[in-house]
Amino acid sequence: MAAFHIRQIFFLYLIFFCRFFYGDAAFGSVVIEEEEFSEELLLRPLPDRKVLAHFHFESRAPPTGSNGRHHHLFPKAISQLGRWNYESWGGFDPIPSNNAKPPGVELWAVFDVPQDQVDASWKNLTHSLSGLFCASINFLESSTTYSAPQWGFRSASGSLRYGTLPREAVCTENLTPWLKLLPCRGKDGIAALMDRPSIYKGFYHSQRLHLTSTRFDSDDVDSGVVLEQTLTLGLVAELDNLQKENEMLVADFIGYEGLRSSHGFQLSVKPDRILEEVNGSHRNKPSILYVFSVEKYSDSEPFDLGLTWKLPVVWSCQQAPLHASRFLMGSGNERGAIAISFKSTRLSEELLHSDLTEEKCNLQVKIFQVVPWYIKVYYHTLQVFVDEQPQEVSDVVEKIHVSTSEDKVAPGLMEMILKFPCGTKSAVVTLEFDKGFLHIDEYPPNANQGFDIPSAVISYPDFQASIQFLEDKSLETLPILAKLQEKSSVLSYTEVLLVPLTTPDFSMPYNVITITCTVFALYFGSLLNVLRRRVAEEERFLKSKDAKKGSPVSQFLSKLSAKLTGRPLETPQPPSTSTSFISSKLILKVVLVAGIAVVWKFYLE
Amino acid sequence: MSEKMKLGKFWIWGAASLIFRLVLIYFPNNLNLASRPEVSTPITSLRRLAEGYWLKQASLSPYAGSMYHGSPLLLSVLGPLTVKRIEGQPNDILCSLVFVIADVVNAMLIRVIGQNLQTSYNLRLKSLGLDSVSKCSAILPSQDIAALIYLWNPFTIVACVGLSTSPIENMAVILSLYGACTCRVPLAAFGWVMATHLSLYPMILIIPVVLLLGYGPETPPRKLFMRRKDGKVEDSPLSHQSCQEGQAMEQQDLANIFSWRLVVKFLVWSLIWSGYVLVLCGLSVKHYGGLHEMFKRTYGFILTVPDLSPNIGVLWYFFAEVFDFFRNFFLIVFHMNILFMIFPLAIRLNHRPCFLAFVYIAISSMLKSYPSVGDSALYLGLLGLFVNELADMQFSFFLFCVYVGVSLLSSVMHNLWIWRGTGNANFYFATAMAYACLQIILVVESVSAMLNHDRKLTKLSIAKHQDSKS
Repeated sequence: MAAFHIRQIFFLYLIFFCRFFYGDAAFGSVVIEEEEFSEELLLRPLPDRKVLAHFHFESRAPPTGSNGRHHHLFPKAISQLGRWNYESWGGFDPIPSNNAKPPGVELWAVFDVPQDQVDASWKNLTHSLSGLFCASINFLESSTTYSAPQWGFRSASGSLRYGTLPREAVCTENLTPWLKLLPCRGKDGIAALMDRPSIYKGFYHSQRLHLTSTRFDSDDVDSGVVLEQTLTLGLVAELDNLQKENEMLVADFIGYEGLRSSHGFQLSVKPDRILEEVNGSHRNKPSILYVFSVEKYSDSEPFDLGLTWKLPVVWSCQQAPLHASRFLMGSGNERGAIAISFKSTRLSEELLHSDLTEEKCNLQVKIFQVVPWYIKVYYHTLQVFVDEQPQEVSDVVEKIHVSTSEDKVAPGLMEMILKFPCGTKSAVVTLEFDKGFLHIDEYPPNANQGFDIPSAVISYPDFQASIQFLEDKSLETLPILAKLQEKSSVLSYTEVLLVPLTTPDFSMPYNVITITCTVFALYFGSLLNVLRRRVAEEERFLKSKDAKKGSPVSQFLSKLSAKLTGRPLETPQPPSTSTSFISSKLILKVVLVAGIAVVWKFYLE
Repeated sequence: MSEKMKLGKFWIWGAASLIFRLVLIYFPNNLNLASRPEVSTPITSLRRLAEGYWLKQASLSPYAGSMYHGSPLLLSVLGPLTVKRIEGQPNDILCSLVFVIADVVNAMLIRVIGQNLQTSYNLRLKSLGLDSVSKCSAILPSQDIAALIYLWNPFTIVACVGLSTSPIENMAVILSLYGACTCRVPLAAFGWVMATHLSLYPMILIIPVVLLLGYGPETPPRKLFMRRKDGKVEDSPLSHQSCQEGQAMEQQDLANIFSWRLVVKFLVWSLIWSGYVLVLCGLSVKHYGGLHEMFKRTYGFILTVPDLSPNIGVLWYFFAEVFDFFRNFFLIVFHMNILFMIFPLAIRLNHRPCFLAFVYIAISSMLKSYPSVGDSALYLGLLGLFVNELADMQFSFFLFCVYVGVSLLSSVMHNLWIWRGTGNANFYFATAMAYACLQIILVVESVSAMLNHDRKLTKLSIAKHQDSKS
């Protein structure tokens, strides 16, 4: 097999698209406004024999004064399951940069409301999204779960809110409401391909909803309301027998026409457009995009695309400049440290070679990290190691913004721009923290499972994740192509960290309360007893006891009566006088209480 | 043993403890004491102070992030030392040195307080003709014992080496007692204001300090002097020990006269110092929410117990477990427990203000929200001042054994719970309970022993009185 292996680094994209226009007659049919819906599916092989499927649906509504009928198109919600495997699936392309998301739910929103209403709007948004998508997004309402990044996540200071729920499981119950927002739901078009078992069998799936409105976004003048829905899947490809077939097909390979022979495969359907990447970082190996329009196919003549491999190929993915991963250090439940490690990838090595001529070359890395309040981070312990050598923090950290956590109120937020020299092979950023101790009510039901620290967002401002295609300008641009060509910085999410916290004994509240109160009573009682004891009287009592050695029962009784009356026991008095005294006092007390009760009853009510 | 030899022995042991500390601060990482919950509480932890200083340098409020809860003044003094590194030395060696110096100063001040107490007490006993009682001298004079107990107490050493700010807090308390004993009123006021500022609980020490200034240091019960005065026995006017010099007054009168002048002076000085401290604090937290924020983050943090990390006290587990509905009620109850005992104790022990101060410190370090061994170190050191009076204390051997046992078991239980995960919070809490009980017994027994000692004096005095009459 090895003999036939022609190592080809190879990029292939397949796009299927379909576009609908549905006119909408307004009153009196004077103005005909067009809403637009387009759907595309992008398929791409991944190096480890998986297939990336990226569904892209976009609904556009023209800007109107009354967007009333779009009330069912709600702001964005981004929900995911699993984790994008940056190491083997790549991290440089627009797909992972914009669509790969951390496990759980991530929600961010930019509000176009006055500053003091942003938090209130956020709360409303979380509740409505939660209802819309059957997800626990409403947990993001609490101020301990969301934060207001200034520049680390997206440059929209003040009105941006960001929150994640790392533990939220995304399932078919979230997909159904998401599909409901499509004109034909999952019944027709590309959405019909969304077979639930194969979606959830996949290695990765990410559901994304992005709503933009001109009312929110003043830059975009004419876009109206744009609802962009994407579903990104990491599917299991049935490629197991591929290798064998390849060996047989190699013989036919030479006579292939129509496509560039070096690609080593054959398509059964001729694509409508072929786009080739320009200015790619892989200079001699540009990505190729085949575009198929499925509009011209019908049920009688179905669209059936076959791909026949002629050569064994090794897929590669373009990696982000640095591969970032995050892990915990330390043991025990008292303290620990968060470390974010960066390893150089092929890209940064290439970068190094290309930029060797320049005098000073730096690689900028932006870190955005939200830490829950029970992880008490000591920011003064920030340490940076470059190539395993400790560095002066001020040399490496170009800009840092910390908004500290507040117990039971707000999470901690760290935004940081690091500057590494280009030759950096590895770099580690560490931060120490203390683990908090919570009240028993604050632990979730499965407290011993641990608590999650949401993913950190690592972005590389120097690198643009976009693929520029050489294309005919006269042809209309597909929304997905526009998205692919949109310039945005390369971005990746790190792992979610699971921090075990110590738990108190959940079954103990009554015991603890009673035992502690007993100890306090012991303190109070015994100290007061020592202070009020009068030895002279005790001695007198002892003397009298010696003089009159009565029976133990009578002594006990006299002691008891002395305790009851609260008077020091002196010479034993005749019992009759003592009892009469008690009773007269008692009667007085009873009369007093009754009098107060009567006064209360008749005069005060 | 001659006095000189005793003195020499004291200095040798003192120097040895100093060297021991210096050796220990040179290997801080091997001991890792700074992370022990017994040593550093959220209030005294130097690590949190360093974080506060970092935040302040980053022009954020030092109190942001619920990390630092100490005084802004301490931050400006110790903060720069936490970031200064000396090549080849452990990281926090400068701070450790400050704490070692504070410890040595504390021990010396305790010794001076002890000397002062001892001389005045002996004179007063002599005036009653009871000097035979004080003859029972031990190996060392009590002031040296107290200073050595303070220096060699493992708790003090651990608190000093473990990078907690409690030596500084203790210094403020001891300064105030020292100032009151030696009639340096401004110093006493300064110590009291600083101690209150740093850790709030020493506020109750105003009663012993006022009594010290008003009546002078420890005396036998005042009734005895009255009795002697009534009896008109022969008396040679003694050189008085009160602070009012130049006032020729009979010793027995002096013991009963409350010197309002000094007390008013103390109060005025306290006002001046607290104004000064507030102005300084106000200046340093001006941009970070002002004094209101400072009080909320320091005193508020002490009084509302929001931090539930384990310590040797009992409140952390209680408030981690108690139902939220009762939280405020129990907060009030627990703090009232300290306050309720102030007046009964002051009434019964008003002739022994230093002992009263010891009892107050012991009670507050037992019931405070974030106790550490540094607080125990202080009251155990002061306990040494009363070795002669408390010679008849019950359970002293038992108490010693339990102290050793609890301090060993507590670290074992903490390790099992936090580090190994095999134990459970209840075990650690049980040692905290035992420690609380132990301190309760210590307080109760020492108060009882002191009262018994007074009774013995009274009895002896009455006997002597009757002898001289007959």
